[in-house]
Amino acid sequence: MISTALDGVKEVTPPLSAADVELLKAGDRVRITGVLYTARDAAHGRLLPLMDAGKPLPFDVKGQIIYYTGPSPARPGHVVGSIGPTTGGRMDKYTPKLLALGLKGTIGKGARSQPVKDALRQHKGVYFGAIGGAGAVLSAFVKKLEVVAYEDLGTEAIRRLEVESFPVIVVNDCHGGDLYEEGMTQYAR
Amino acid sequence: MREIHASAITDAVKKLCIEANYALEPDMLRAFDRALGTERSPAGKHVLQILKDNAELARTKKIPYCQDTGTAICFVELGQDVHVTGGGLADAINEGVRRGYTEGYLRASIVRSPFDRVNTGDNTPAVLHVEVVAGATMKIQIMAKGGGCENRSKFKMLTPADGVDGVKEWILECIKTAGPDACPPLIAGVGVGGSFEKAAILSKKALFRELGTANPDPVVDAIEKDVLERANRLGIGPQGYGGDTTAFGVHILTYPCHITSLPVAVTIECHAHRHKEVTL
Repeated sequence: MISTALDGVKEVTPPLSAADVELLKAGDRVRITGVLYTARDAAHGRLLPLMDAGKPLPFDVKGQIIYYTGPSPARPGHVVGSIGPTTGGRMDKYTPKLLALGLKGTIGKGARSQPVKDALRQHKGVYFGAIGGAGAVLSAFVKKLEVVAYEDLGTEAIRRLEVESFPVIVVNDCHGGDLYEEGMTQYAR
Repeated sequence: MREIHASAITDAVKKLCIEANYALEPDMLRAFDRALGTERSPAGKHVLQILKDNAELARTKKIPYCQDTGTAICFVELGQDVHVTGGGLADAINEGVRRGYTEGYLRASIVRSPFDRVNTGDNTPAVLHVEVVAGATMKIQIMAKGGGCENRSKFKMLTPADGVDGVKEWILECIKTAGPDACPPLIAGVGVGGSFEKAAILSKKALFRELGTANPDPVVDAIEKDVLERANRLGIGPQGYGGDTTAFGVHILTYPCHITSLPVAVTIECHAHRHKEVTL
């Protein structure tokens, strides 16, 4: 579900439909409330053979958002440690397949490959940027955290997060918009 | 011969690892303020302000500044009149990393083999560089080096004919191709000369110089300033959202080299430039 707040920031609550994703444009500021799933390199490595074999994944990706992050450990009494985004491009090999299965969004930092951008158009998906290196600030938006799968991977396990007003920006939309390219062109001197 | 006990080294390294990850150095905080004064992009200013807030929160709440608490890169300048007692130097340093990362709630990011990729669970081993120098003290420098920006670091063998201009173009190309992936505003640590491996080590060591200070060699200083200015005209900006602050600094270290060679290594460092040092 998507709505726009009075300050112009778009409010996003997964699960998302194709129609929801179409409302998001590169450069839009977004707050996400609800569930995110974490997965990064090693977890994606385990999802790939399952996808290739047509087997079910540890969570239903339909309409969901994957946050590329490997949090630092929580101090006792805290929900999580530092939890900022990792480089999205390392997951490029896996993302088109996940989008084909119904995944609607990913959150990371850094540029995505052309095949991922093409898949965002084809399957109506969106790539959000969270501020890299701002993991201390971002930890305040995480209200609950539990491991869903691959606990042996430690920080790379798949986790289910409940977030409130988690701040991101649309980097790649489903219409071909790219914030990184547009921003660089605007300010190059 | 002055004796330094291994446990003193372990304690020092543990403290450096924890403090580096919780508290950015003052030169970095000053760089955020300077950039806030010059950045034209509203999105860029917003990012810089959040990074300042993030630094303050990390320091006061004792949370890592970035969830990637890095590879523990350790440079030791070991005085030749120092005798380490009570254990080996490398073991003492790794024990410090182990305790720092475990007791400080820092992320374990090291796998025991690049092929089987099993996490060692305590961020050991450190990447250790030891240099024997004159004197009876031991300087330990620790850098918590993030992986995202490290992955954008590059090396190139230029030819002597490529000269100063070739070096400048190569550093700029490294900054440009790092783009938004390397969490700009970034710092380029550059090693020029020596050999293949020497240049890479120099490029890391160069990052320990205080940000905003002049290079003591006026020729190299001019190169640094020119490359920095040109980097900030690329338009990449904070977090790659577009803007004027793509790099906070370019730090170059040089070393004599072979008549045929012009090796240049560029270590890309993100705005989470966490480093601390101590002299025992």
